[in-house]
Amino acid sequence: MLPIYTYLIFSVLKPLLFLLKSSVFVQQVINGLTVGGVYALIALGYTMVYGILELINFAHGEIYMLGAYLGIIFLGFFTAIGLTSFSLPLSLFLAFILSIIFCSSYGYTMEKIAYKPLRNAPRLSPLISAIGVSIFLQNYVMLTQGATDKVFPHIVENAGLEIGGVSVTYIQLFIITVSVLMMLSLHIFITRTRMGKAMRAVAQDKTMASLVGINIDTVISVTFVIGSGLAAVAGLMVASYYGLVNYSIGYIAGIKAFTAAVLGGIGSIPGAMFGGIFLGLIESLSAAYISPEYKDAYAFIILIIILLIKPSGLFGKSQEEKV
Amino acid sequence: MAESGIQNSKFKIQDSKPGKIHSPFFIALWLSLLFLPFKGIKAASILFVSLLLLLFIFRAFSGYAKILMDKLNAMRESIIERFKAVYAGSEASGMIAYSLLFVFLFAIPFFAKDYFIDVLILAGIYIILAQGLNIVVGFAGLLNLGFVAFYAIGAYSYALLNTKLGIGFWPALPLSLALVTLSGFVLAVPALRLKGDYLAIVTLGFGEIVRLVFNNWDSLTKGPNGIGGIEPPHLFEMHVSRLSHYYYFILFFVVLTVFIIRRVKASRIGRAWLAIREDEIAAASIGINTISYKLYAFAFGAFWAGLAGVLFAAKMQFVSPESFTFMESVLILCMVILGGLGSIPGIILGSVILVMLPEMLREVQLYRMIALGSGLVLLMIFRPQGIFGGKSVSSGG
Repeated sequence: MLPIYTYLIFSVLKPLLFLLKSSVFVQQVINGLTVGGVYALIALGYTMVYGILELINFAHGEIYMLGAYLGIIFLGFFTAIGLTSFSLPLSLFLAFILSIIFCSSYGYTMEKIAYKPLRNAPRLSPLISAIGVSIFLQNYVMLTQGATDKVFPHIVENAGLEIGGVSVTYIQLFIITVSVLMMLSLHIFITRTRMGKAMRAVAQDKTMASLVGINIDTVISVTFVIGSGLAAVAGLMVASYYGLVNYSIGYIAGIKAFTAAVLGGIGSIPGAMFGGIFLGLIESLSAAYISPEYKDAYAFIILIIILLIKPSGLFGKSQEEKV
Repeated sequence: MAESGIQNSKFKIQDSKPGKIHSPFFIALWLSLLFLPFKGIKAASILFVSLLLLLFIFRAFSGYAKILMDKLNAMRESIIERFKAVYAGSEASGMIAYSLLFVFLFAIPFFAKDYFIDVLILAGIYIILAQGLNIVVGFAGLLNLGFVAFYAIGAYSYALLNTKLGIGFWPALPLSLALVTLSGFVLAVPALRLKGDYLAIVTLGFGEIVRLVFNNWDSLTKGPNGIGGIEPPHLFEMHVSRLSHYYYFILFFVVLTVFIIRRVKASRIGRAWLAIREDEIAAASIGINTISYKLYAFAFGAFWAGLAGVLFAAKMQFVSPESFTFMESVLILCMVILGGLGSIPGIILGSVILVMLPEMLREVQLYRMIALGSGLVLLMIFRPQGIFGGKSVSSGG
């Protein structure tokens, strides 16, 4: 019996080994990791808000889009006042910080205006409100910044490393590093700090949390601020990676990040990180090996399959229905 | 949605403090600061001043505003009560009102401009669509964010049957409708294992996949270029292609839709749907097979979307994936919510308003989507049950 099994396993693995050797595969994995890191950052915002409010924050993708636009705006401003020629790293750093601050403020304001009055409303109301915010922000950016694509200022060299036919740009390395760093610091924040503990408590049981003296409103605001900050980072990195930004990028990225969050089990933070990277890998590999035209459809197909097989996601706990 | 209602009552959280009242100055400053990077200092300061003025006016008149709102609300209630009575036919004047309405609707093409008739035809198509979505969202309480998929399948199946196989409108109509209803079943069977938000997202995914397939299947659908040269419907050996003729054609289908959906709502199936919407567990415990009734709701809703799709394709004589985006799903959902979930006359009104309003606001066209977005948020905050919705979810018209 044994030889047959070995033969079978070998015959299945042989083409896979070939895949691993080929540089196309490694290249696609690196591209997938880059995109996946970005998805993971956005997915964290979805999953945190869902964990606490049980709300699909439809407008979260727009915050990511705002982050990309704000990065371009601030870098343009710094170029105009001559800061970029003075010190490029400083101006990049400032642009990052400023877009994080602005996006977090947008997230905070959005929660206060559109979600807080609806906290005790039926489930459908905040979802519709979120769709409204999303439409508003898209058109707000379209009206103020124009409907055409915005070009990211070409200040970062598009150089990179070339190892055995696989090219990795510095931007890709930067995106992967920053995503991992962000996720690690979020993990430390959630598990080690007082506020993180409060967030976990609110996610488990709002009533109990408020009884032990946790200010629910503050926790929710902090959740929105952190989630929006992460989305801003993702937006800025994507803008520098692709070089083009449009007011409509938020919608599709939001849906994909949501898919990533559901993939990992919505409400679970490690799940969102894993789901994002997994989705990025699947997307770039299937675009390379199956057909690039349906690149956007794979996310949905995976989402539907995952939800049908294991609706609670890969890392999520299934919830009992309460009467 | 039923279980969330229970949860809400259980977990009603009081704010630890009564909401702080921020000063108008601070709010205006904050919002204009957020606006600053997008349009520069000049626009931001204009925004600041106007916001400040607006907030001061609002604060000064908020006492009056409350009285005014109450008056308006009372007026609205009485009008709607009257309307409902007429609608239910319980008054003798009901028949007169109906006949007057029909005479009016019938007479419109004799005095209205072509442009206006065109808008009305569009409104008719959207009424059928919104009534279909109402069955799924309003009656059965299942949020469907990809409803436009069925609209697209209906439109494309008529377009393809007509242009590729040369089948005329009348034979193609039942074929397309059967196909759409079948696709409703195909989506519903797996999707109904999910609840609430997950269901909403899966339907959204379905809508996007359908659009992407129509967009990329070049050999069949000509991709983004769309399919042109679709035949308008035949009726008694003549093409229904003149606007006024098509208007009557659509009017017939709208009346048919409203009539049938009204009857179904009052039937055993309709009452089962309402029971599932209000409390799924309770409905199941009194012997309603919730899974199969939800299936019917999905398929029946899809049927009407398909009808609207066929009518749309026959009217435009052209279809392209552009007409079937996620925004379209949102727009249809807005019609249902604006009118009042579950209320048939409300949704007719909601569809007409949302089709007419952008046409009337052509001059400020750029701002209408912004208005739609903020309108949705405001509607959810101040009147989540829509125009016709009652105080409780269960008392739709």
